[in-house]
Amino acid sequence: MNKIHFNLSKFVIYLLLILGAVIMIVPFYWMITTAVKTPAESIKFPPTLWPSHFVWSNFAKAWKEANFGRYILNTLFIAFTTLAGVLFSSILGAYAFAKLQFKGRNILFISMLGIMMIPMPVYIVPGYLVLMKLGWIDTFYALIIPWTVSVFNIFLLRQHFKSIPNELYEAAVLDGCNHWQFLWKILVPLSKPMLVTISIFSLIGSWNSFIWPLVVTNSDKIRPIQVGLAYFMQEQSTNYVLLSAASTISVIPLILLFFLAQKQIISSYAKSGIKG
Amino acid sequence: MALLFLLPVIVVILVFRFIPILYAFVISFYKWGITGPTKFIWFSNYIKIIHDAVFWRALGNTFYYSLFSVPLNFVIALFIAILLNQKVKGLGVFRTIYFLPVVTSIIAVSIVFKWIYHPRMGLLNFVLNFLHLPTQTWLEESRGIFQMMTGGHFPIKGPSLALMSLVFMSVWKGLGYNVVIFLAGLQNIPDYYYDAARIDGANRWQSFWNVTFPLLSPVSFYVLLMTTITSFQVFAPVWMMTGPPPGGPLGTTNVVVYYLYENAFTYIRYGYASALAFVLFMIILTLTLIQRNVTEKKVYYE
Repeated sequence: MNKIHFNLSKFVIYLLLILGAVIMIVPFYWMITTAVKTPAESIKFPPTLWPSHFVWSNFAKAWKEANFGRYILNTLFIAFTTLAGVLFSSILGAYAFAKLQFKGRNILFISMLGIMMIPMPVYIVPGYLVLMKLGWIDTFYALIIPWTVSVFNIFLLRQHFKSIPNELYEAAVLDGCNHWQFLWKILVPLSKPMLVTISIFSLIGSWNSFIWPLVVTNSDKIRPIQVGLAYFMQEQSTNYVLLSAASTISVIPLILLFFLAQKQIISSYAKSGIKG
Repeated sequence: MALLFLLPVIVVILVFRFIPILYAFVISFYKWGITGPTKFIWFSNYIKIIHDAVFWRALGNTFYYSLFSVPLNFVIALFIAILLNQKVKGLGVFRTIYFLPVVTSIIAVSIVFKWIYHPRMGLLNFVLNFLHLPTQTWLEESRGIFQMMTGGHFPIKGPSLALMSLVFMSVWKGLGYNVVIFLAGLQNIPDYYYDAARIDGANRWQSFWNVTFPLLSPVSFYVLLMTTITSFQVFAPVWMMTGPPPGGPLGTTNVVVYYLYENAFTYIRYGYASALAFVLFMIILTLTLIQRNVTEKKVYYE
């Protein structure tokens, strides 16, 4: 009796989990299958759940019409230069906050955390005006420089640096190391997993960022992918075959990154939550 | 020495965070349009906000959005995390599937959902049709859900079905993040608490309320806070999926951040938009403090 009850509840658990998983998957399935339908098939009602012909050329067409080559290059350039800045500034900043003694350290750190609490939409107007003063509107500078510092990443890395014992530094000093050398030659190699985590957050953030690039760009030449896709939506409005193909293209690189590093990504998000 | 290490951080924060915020504060006291600051007008922008019916409408919509998306997300995510924590096979696969929407961009998601919600050709209406349920016009429906459910007999109209469509999408997209956080929290609860509860004769329901829930409360608090803050900043789905013009039908999906964006970049009223930004900031700050005070009394730290 007990055994049957147990199995029944297991059965219900799996049933609910699978139902939920189906709901999570269906929009992706719908995006990909719409992307390979003919325009005529796509607007049939009731819709066909499996495409009768696979029109793979829709992807090529979307790629060309949406100017995706340009957008993806722009995005990769923005993402990797931002990442370089984020790593550089976070490593140095976290080191100062974790290992160096100076006056006002705690106050500075707390006020930085406070600034981080201010939500992004509050910045868009003043940030835009400051960039206008600098003459940076519609330049790569506007897309990269303001995002090269992430207080959140400094915080993560500082916690990690703090966990590394100070004796290591004292030993390094005996071997003739100064702070700079100790940081880059010893601490950084010891922090690889944390730096990978930071890099993943940063790349995902750059790839998906929307509101800021929407506001500070005017031309296709520097537009990143999300803004390009959003404008493509406005141009095409009802051509869901091309829109789905374009969306699929825009989603694939991140999904690949996700599958390559999913354990790392999921555990990073989980940890960020628990510590946050 | 330390200053040298902190130089990049300090410069960027000063120029792109600190100065803009101060600047915005100053701007919010000016009449400031495309020609620059024209007049110092004291609190006029703020007073105008108080009398701005569109702002109140947008704020109301934002509250509705938050009021529905946060609890739905919270309850469903907790439920799924608890199911996943029952030593199920294929945990990794399920977790991956639930997490997939989190890393997918809101723009692609908005496109796909606009297509799914399509009133005539959408997948959702096809499914409803198949189940012999009435089809809906989703993003084009301006009537409130309470109004629709009671045939207009309920005194409050409620959020429009269009706004609720955005709510459902946000739950779908944000769920996985909270599932992962809850799951990590659940896995941190040692088994012996449950063993002790069982020995004391607690059933599953009792052990959930007396063991899981209190021990999970710091995680729950974090999830609640982050989901609320995020929900107040909703923008892209409104820009992408509603209208034209965005915020439609009949302004029922206009939210505070969209209204702020519209004032700044469509009407070029930087002064007014800056004042709106400060009001938004104050609202989020207040909510954070309220939630902290209310929850702190109930959060149990081990």
